[in-house]
Amino acid sequence: MSSTENKQVLSALSDAMADAVEKAAAGTVLINARRRFPASGIAYAPELVLTASHVVERDEDIPVMLPNGEQVKAALVGRDPGSDLAVIRTEGTLPGVVEAADDPPRVGQLVLALGRPSAEGVQASLGVVSAISGPVHTRRGGVLEGHIRTDAIPYPGFSGGPLVDGKGQVVGMNTSGLTRGSSIAIPVSLALKLAEALVQHGSVRRGYLGVRSQPVEIPAKQQAGLERQQDSGLLLVGVEPKSPAEQAGLMVGDILTGFGDQPVHEPDDLFASLAGEMPGEQVVLEILRAGEKMGLKVTIDERK
Amino acid sequence: MIMEIQPGINGFERTISEEINALTQRVLESVVIVHNGRHGAGAGLIWQPDGVIVTNYHVVGRRSPQVALLDGREYAAEVIAREKKHDLAMLRIESDDVLSPIELADSRQLRVGQFAMAVGHPWGQIGAVSLGIITSLGSMRRHWRKGSVDVIRTDAALAPGNSGGPLLDARGQVIGLNTMIMGGDQGVAIPAHVVDRFVTRNPGNNSQQYV
Repeated sequence: MSSTENKQVLSALSDAMADAVEKAAAGTVLINARRRFPASGIAYAPELVLTASHVVERDEDIPVMLPNGEQVKAALVGRDPGSDLAVIRTEGTLPGVVEAADDPPRVGQLVLALGRPSAEGVQASLGVVSAISGPVHTRRGGVLEGHIRTDAIPYPGFSGGPLVDGKGQVVGMNTSGLTRGSSIAIPVSLALKLAEALVQHGSVRRGYLGVRSQPVEIPAKQQAGLERQQDSGLLLVGVEPKSPAEQAGLMVGDILTGFGDQPVHEPDDLFASLAGEMPGEQVVLEILRAGEKMGLKVTIDERK
Repeated sequence: MIMEIQPGINGFERTISEEINALTQRVLESVVIVHNGRHGAGAGLIWQPDGVIVTNYHVVGRRSPQVALLDGREYAAEVIAREKKHDLAMLRIESDDVLSPIELADSRQLRVGQFAMAVGHPWGQIGAVSLGIITSLGSMRRHWRKGSVDVIRTDAALAPGNSGGPLLDARGQVIGLNTMIMGGDQGVAIPAHVVDRFVTRNPGNNSQQYV
């Protein structure tokens, strides 16, 4: 065709998308560990596969099919149902692993959702990053610090598979197990952080403070004491006896306004700050007591 | 990324929108409307300049179908061949007019993730375009018969009225014929080489006299 002599942007885009799928497909595996159809997993280290906890219904003898068609067995390393993440370890080294994207995703960015729910080969759908949101309560009782929404169609069996950018680098892990009737992606940085905790401890340890609270407006006069604009904080309505909060000197009636260097506006901010590897860490809590700003040092415990 | 590339730099002549628009204009000369005397209409594709048109088996009714080009020309068509297995039908229109056949891509060389564009008449919207990629390449078992057929799956939106219309690549060449009846909730197309084999092997096809 004569018009192909000119460089065509659509053909270049087409090739780039197929290249991206091919690259990420080398680290996208099939996981056959639930009663219905198989799901997907992301090979991210020589023997480690990241996947969705809800698609792994057993702990041993997990059948995994590699991109080259080879069948291997894997065993559960750890799972965190709250964020629907699981890590499994394969027998023998994985032939290909994915690359994580360096930069966080941007709204509007082109993304491809990949899955390998059948032996026929990799599957993909195209979309954009629709939204990147802050902490979200999952229906499995956990709190995700952040998540990605996309309009790429999540076909059956895409849970546990990667969401990749135009270079084939992973920006997130897809799962339909956290939200009813829709699919989200857990950002790769968060997923790898949680995966590291699963490899270290077999579970994700979350921090415990020992307070009950409710969000309140901070009057303008008291904001002056904070030396910054922040119109809401958490009024403490309960302090658990012998908890880290009590030991640090927190009292009912204090308004919690900061956790380390992070401002606290609402309960989700506190949940997000306590997620990850917080137990044992020392943190300075910023509070307003009778309109005065105070800093109290607290040693975070582990939520049981 | 590539979406941000402006014409005139990096060697690209046109923007993505301009290219899609130009492809669509060219392709619409090869897309027809197939009326079968019942409600609704399907799409069809001019396969050969001598008036051979392909569409889906299920689009063609019992009566002789009427074929309309998008420029308004209308023809009575004759059904030359049908094949239920791949949901294919071959029609012929008699015309002295110039007909523009679709260009064929090599549908044996497709890649998951490559650009795909569907043209058809979803819900009666004539000449509508939807974009996506090739979602997977594989086979599909049809529950009422033995064996399976090779299919291309796409995430480009397909609806009733897309049946018999083309799935195209980034150059506007046909990679498959969209067929709603097999798809369920996912777009499915019969690869272009399967369609071409159906056309060239069929005894009703008399294109050899012109070669």
